[in-house]
Amino acid sequence: MNFLNDVIYGAANGFIYAAVALALVLIWRSTRIVNFAQGGMVMVTTFVAWDLVVEHNQSYWVGLVVAMLAGLVLGGAVERILIRPVENGPPLNPVIVALGLLLVLEGGAGMIWGNNNNTFPAQFSLVYYHAGHQVILFNSDLLFVVISVVVIALLLYLLFQRTPIGLRMRAAAFNPEVARLLGVPVSRLLTLGWALAAVVGAVAGVLIAGIPGNYVSPNGFDGLLILGFTAAVIGGLDSPIGAVVGGLLLGIVLQVLDGYVSNDIDSMFVLLLLLAVLMVRPNGLFTRHQERRV
Amino acid sequence: MADVSALRRSTLLRSLLIAVVAALVLFGISELVGEYRNSQLASVALNFCAIAGLTVLIGRSGQVSLGHGAFLFVGGYTVALMLKHHTFPNSPTTNKLFILALLVAVAVSAAVGALAGLAAARLRGPYLAGVTLALALGLPELPTYSHLSGWLGGHTGLVVNIPNSLDNVDFARWQAWICCACAVITLFLLYNLIHSRVGRAFEAVRDDEVAASLAGLSVARVQVLAFVVSAAAAGLAGGLYALTAGQVDPLSFPLTLSLDLLAASVIGGLGTLSGAAYGAVLITFLPSWAQDVSGLSATSKVGANLPTTIFGLALVVSMLLLPNGIQGLLSSITRRLRNGAAPMHRTAFGISSRAGNLHDREDT
Amino acid sequence: MIKAPLRLAALGAVAALGLAACGSSSSGGSGSGTPTNSSSSGANTASAPGVTATTVTIGSHQPLTGVAAPGYDEIAPAANAYFQYINANGGINGRTIKYTYLDDAYDPTKTVADVHKLVEQDKVFAIFNGLGTPTHEAVVPFLNQQKVPDLFVASGCLCWNNPSADPETFGWQPDYTREGKILGAYIKQHYAGDKIAVFAQGDDFGHNGVKGLEDEISTSDVATVQYYNPTNTTVTPLVQNIAQSGAQVVVSFSVPAFTALYELTAAQLKFQPKALVVSNVGSDPITLSGLLTQFSKGAVKGKDLIQGIITDGYLASPSDPTNSWIQLFKKIHDKYIPKLPFDGNVEYGMAAAYTFAEALKAAGQNPTRDSLVQAVEAGGFSGPGLVPFGYSSTDHSGYIGTQIGVIKGLAISPIGTPETTDDGTGPITPYTTPQPTAPANGIPND
Repeated sequence: MNFLNDVIYGAANGFIYAAVALALVLIWRSTRIVNFAQGGMVMVTTFVAWDLVVEHNQSYWVGLVVAMLAGLVLGGAVERILIRPVENGPPLNPVIVALGLLLVLEGGAGMIWGNNNNTFPAQFSLVYYHAGHQVILFNSDLLFVVISVVVIALLLYLLFQRTPIGLRMRAAAFNPEVARLLGVPVSRLLTLGWALAAVVGAVAGVLIAGIPGNYVSPNGFDGLLILGFTAAVIGGLDSPIGAVVGGLLLGIVLQVLDGYVSNDIDSMFVLLLLLAVLMVRPNGLFTRHQERRV
Repeated sequence: MADVSALRRSTLLRSLLIAVVAALVLFGISELVGEYRNSQLASVALNFCAIAGLTVLIGRSGQVSLGHGAFLFVGGYTVALMLKHHTFPNSPTTNKLFILALLVAVAVSAAVGALAGLAAARLRGPYLAGVTLALALGLPELPTYSHLSGWLGGHTGLVVNIPNSLDNVDFARWQAWICCACAVITLFLLYNLIHSRVGRAFEAVRDDEVAASLAGLSVARVQVLAFVVSAAAAGLAGGLYALTAGQVDPLSFPLTLSLDLLAASVIGGLGTLSGAAYGAVLITFLPSWAQDVSGLSATSKVGANLPTTIFGLALVVSMLLLPNGIQGLLSSITRRLRNGAAPMHRTAFGISSRAGNLHDREDT
Repeated sequence: MIKAPLRLAALGAVAALGLAACGSSSSGGSGSGTPTNSSSSGANTASAPGVTATTVTIGSHQPLTGVAAPGYDEIAPAANAYFQYINANGGINGRTIKYTYLDDAYDPTKTVADVHKLVEQDKVFAIFNGLGTPTHEAVVPFLNQQKVPDLFVASGCLCWNNPSADPETFGWQPDYTREGKILGAYIKQHYAGDKIAVFAQGDDFGHNGVKGLEDEISTSDVATVQYYNPTNTTVTPLVQNIAQSGAQVVVSFSVPAFTALYELTAAQLKFQPKALVVSNVGSDPITLSGLLTQFSKGAVKGKDLIQGIITDGYLASPSDPTNSWIQLFKKIHDKYIPKLPFDGNVEYGMAAAYTFAEALKAAGQNPTRDSLVQAVEAGGFSGPGLVPFGYSSTDHSGYIGTQIGVIKGLAISPIGTPETTDDGTGPITPYTTPQPTAPANGIPND
């Protein structure tokens, strides 16, 4: 039963990593950039929700919706103002810009809201389920997280596969020059990709903040970015479904190793899992395209 | 004019000249400035070692590493393990041993770099970035593993015996000398390397793997070699950190260290040793400058967070204004002066194809 | 429950500070002034680096931003407020105290750069109250090599008490082993025969606390010891192991964020042991209640969850308005730093600053770095603590004991008398001298 609980609990964590991974995948798909400022953007939108819900007694849902709107604006603005000028320059430049942005967001949030650990109310019960006398490490709040993440992943999948705008976004990312010639408004779609990613990030932030152990603070989401990135890389960076599978795999493996080997060296386990996956599939589990080779 | 043409022909002579000039300038600075500037000079020099190695890896061989702090960790702990048994502060052996310890640190980091390079040679773009990032987080965690903590000092870390100063030499100055000497040696060796056949092989692999392998190069071997060289330089920097701080612990090698080194090499100008020098100066002075600008004893929320914000803004602005780094700016200015006309904007450090790394449209 | 195996997310990887403590009932006895060796003859001179005829400059490194900032970023402003109060009232021996504290974001490499700047550029007289075990350890070799007094490190690591190798370095708060022993003795006395489970941070804080605990209780009574990784907030399986172990008493050596997390997880599991015993490092009721209130929209009440927690401390409870020290510190707080909450962190900073003022006073009219260290080693401070300091030429640890108490409301009410002990296997002895009263003007020895 302990093993089963480790798996359940690990999977629940995995859905959280998947939520962050989804945002990274969206940006990767639109601009081929790994957004290292994602954690900072999630932090800011979550602070917005926290400010409304905790400081101004608004409902959870008001906080969530306003956070999503804030994400939409923030994501679009970041792409337009900061990323656009470096998008076609040397490839590492957007990475450094994103790192700089992360520091600015963390410093700015600290200036506005202070460097405290703030807690965020969970919307549903946190009490773990029981089967007779046996505790099952799952609760209504985690169920809400799982459902939300699955819904987001499905929506993104449908967006890309079934809608004209999704098709254009794929075209814009796949080959911007040709897409532009075909009349696709590439530049607007890239902005849209970033804005959507920040909206997904905003939802993820509010979901995560309600889970005990997470605090709304300027550095509160730093660690999650790395885990989300790892999940996205395992999944193949291009695929929303891959992000979810990558997150689940990461969550479960880490929890089981924690329980049975040691909880001192989690990051070492992340490294080993990444190596194990990538040595077999150098482009992640769910990448469809061939490796560009001879 | 015979001398000049000899200089032009011989990389060795040229590099010797550069190294001697660099050594003299550094010595002069260290003689002129006080304690605090000397300890900053030591930081600049050790940062230079790490950044120079990283810039060769990324800019010349086209492989990205977001986790070079891992190799500093290896170098730092190697030195700490070798020097921990000698009594502080006046052990006669410490002074002889520290050079040996630095050499071993270089060797051990090079070995770890070879392992990392073997994995890296199979990976491209963000996948390589992800693995190196995980390396920077994973390796420094090892000392806290309960089965290793006795040996590696756990969370508390290890105390390092600092080599004694020479007679009549101020301690900070002595440390600056050690670090500067290592930086000059690193400069000399890397300069020769990038101008040798090996350096040209790095670039050939970076520019076009297929062409390089058709030309008879073993792409994987070249890539692993680049990682080895780069890790060795970073290991030296880590060893110097251990010697100057007198202590290492897992938290001394955080992810932000790796990211700072990366930022320094990009802002300095990727692939060039002079760019690495600019980056080293920048990364050493920028944080303390940001702290000065925002005023000491930050008592408010705004004041406390201002240095972080300024540092972040500096990264963003410098990338927006100087897409090719400081070195790119300087070389375009010299070119303009020389040609009297505005030159073409060129991508100075063609990090191309494979290095497309974090940003490669072609590969979809 | 997010796993964040990362330095960056090191929520709890922070200095395990001992914060506020037991409310002493309003203390009787008059402040016993300690005699000083300051002579009144002669004029003030610039007797040492950082000392002029009118000022003394000291420095510190503090986590003002980053993962360790929450709560701990109040300490240095609080200490500075106390120094401002002193300065407004004539200073110490006619000198005002200038306190320069730099942000190291809890990153030892930044600590090294900060301390070099303070010592080599700003030429501070001493380093005061540098915060954190891993951060401060990175500068102990340098400070001792440079012979810079390194007073009252803000961490309970036993490593500051190493006078032969580090003659300049002094601890301040009780070390974790002493705390563990005193908590263990209380458990042995009041919960004899009960099974004990331990929840502890997996670094020197947790390990040394457990060492002290197991010095007093029989290891056969320990059902399980669960070490959490301070960079990893997925503690639910650990707490479940504790719940399954059949323990009736749970002892926690945790920082506040993890004490809160333990409490909440136990509530989620519906696990209620007979008693929860928490080291003073992680038991400040105001901090804990703040961390617990918002969860689950009031379904969990932060204040309810922490009632009855048994803990220990060495300062008066910030919620005790009758205590003379609290009255003094509250007055200074309201004047200089009214925006900060008046909690254990603020009290900690002011109390440490008071001890520094005592040391500076005792170092003589024209202090030198040597005379400052000698003054601390001479001991005899009558600072705000409930217990005395252990300072001597062979002992650089700080407060040598604690007082057991229980959380009631948002205060801690004391149980029995304070106790003192050593960090080895020595006995635990009651300390019956009442806490000295704060001087009327709030400045040592006037």
